[in-house]
Amino acid sequence: MRIIKITTPLNDDVVKSLRVGDKVEINGVIYTARDAAHKRFIDAINKGEKLPFDPKGQIIYYVGPTPPRPGMIIGSAGPTSSYRMDVFLEPLLKLGLKGTIGKGYRSQAAIDAMVKYGAVYFVAVGGAGALISKRIKKAEIIAYEDLGTEAVNKLEVESFPVIVANDTLGNDIFKLGVQRYSRVKY
Amino acid sequence: MRIINVKDIEEAVSKVCMEINYNLREGMEKIIEEVLQKEESESGKEVLRQILENIAIARDEKIPACQDTGVCIAYVELGQDVRIEGGFLYDAINKGVANGYVKGYLRKSVVRDPFNRINTKDNTPAMIHVELIPGDKLRIKLMAKGAGSENMCKLAMLTPADGLEGVKRFVIDTVKEGGINACPPLIIGVGIGGTFDMVGWLAKKALFRGMNVRNKDEFYAKLELELIKEINDLGIGPMGFGGRVTALDVRIEVAPCHIASLPVAVNFECHAHRVGEIIL
Repeated sequence: MRIIKITTPLNDDVVKSLRVGDKVEINGVIYTARDAAHKRFIDAINKGEKLPFDPKGQIIYYVGPTPPRPGMIIGSAGPTSSYRMDVFLEPLLKLGLKGTIGKGYRSQAAIDAMVKYGAVYFVAVGGAGALISKRIKKAEIIAYEDLGTEAVNKLEVESFPVIVANDTLGNDIFKLGVQRYSRVKY
Repeated sequence: MRIINVKDIEEAVSKVCMEINYNLREGMEKIIEEVLQKEESESGKEVLRQILENIAIARDEKIPACQDTGVCIAYVELGQDVRIEGGFLYDAINKGVANGYVKGYLRKSVVRDPFNRINTKDNTPAMIHVELIPGDKLRIKLMAKGAGSENMCKLAMLTPADGLEGVKRFVIDTVKEGGINACPPLIIGVGIGGTFDMVGWLAKKALFRGMNVRNKDEFYAKLELELIKEINDLGIGPMGFGGRVTALDVRIEVAPCHIASLPVAVNFECHAHRVGEIIL
């Protein structure tokens, strides 16, 4: 298994070189957003307003962390299911977003949009929130504080462990995995 | 008649809510170590290794194993010779949950109304199921149930003609469709029989049963083993990346049903299996 270290913001060459199944370690800044924040992003885009951060070259992490204990940077912070954000993906890719991190599979429309705009989807291990919290070195709420755990955070991460699940060629780790290991007809 | 004070219930519930979120159910670590030996896919092995590392960090540093610390399911078995003193049983459980989730730095994931979606800010109310039992003991089993696995669950009202094959097909199809998103490797609760309302609860109740504890009825015990094999043959693997390990366990609970009915329900639980028990 290839292990690739990448640093945000991502340029097109790096994004295009990533392939399904690659083990990747992300460094630099990533932004958190899940259901409620995405709804506000799309409302803002529709009204012609600015987003809380410029998505160009950036990665959004679908996560709603637990509250940190005093002295801790962040609480448990594993990925949430990505399919709920599928309907919000394309408008953000249009603004230059290059990657998303979550768990579970994406819709065909989301995969097609990633091919069209040259973006990738990373999967982090669902249920490994304690481990992932250790790779987050700084966390700062930058928007929608009223949303609580769903607020938008700017995170600084080091060696954040993910696997490429959809690449810019439209490959899908979930389809390929089952094809390889299934002992029955699908 | 045995008297149990609500204060004792509150305290115990609060403590268990915290404990189960830092320490997965006993035996989970050993089971993941065992299945790591069976897994053939490189990505699958990587996932299982991260899960093991996560279990250790969560336990040692009291960080919730999963950030989705869930909605709290309370399965209460109340001895009919118990008298609850000092308040109402449901309030005591909810106070315990609120206290545990606030003091334990757990995520508050409950909204008051499905449409206004305002967070209750203390993770209450718990989903409370009370069953009367003989005797003078109060047993409360608590589960922190995440939505990732819960959202993939399904229920069907099959016909008697669908039979065993129909039930098996429904379970397998539900795993094919939603298994990837439910955070595999999975524990799968299956309810068969009863009525529409009861069959979902049977599937949930199955998740409270211990790891690899088979149904007492030989027929269903065999069916559980068959389903484990058939689900693992699907090749979904850890996190859905493809592999040999998809189901850690399948547990079936059954109930009598109407001559015209064959209800079936599938309740998924992820590898971050958080269950604890209180006996007062």
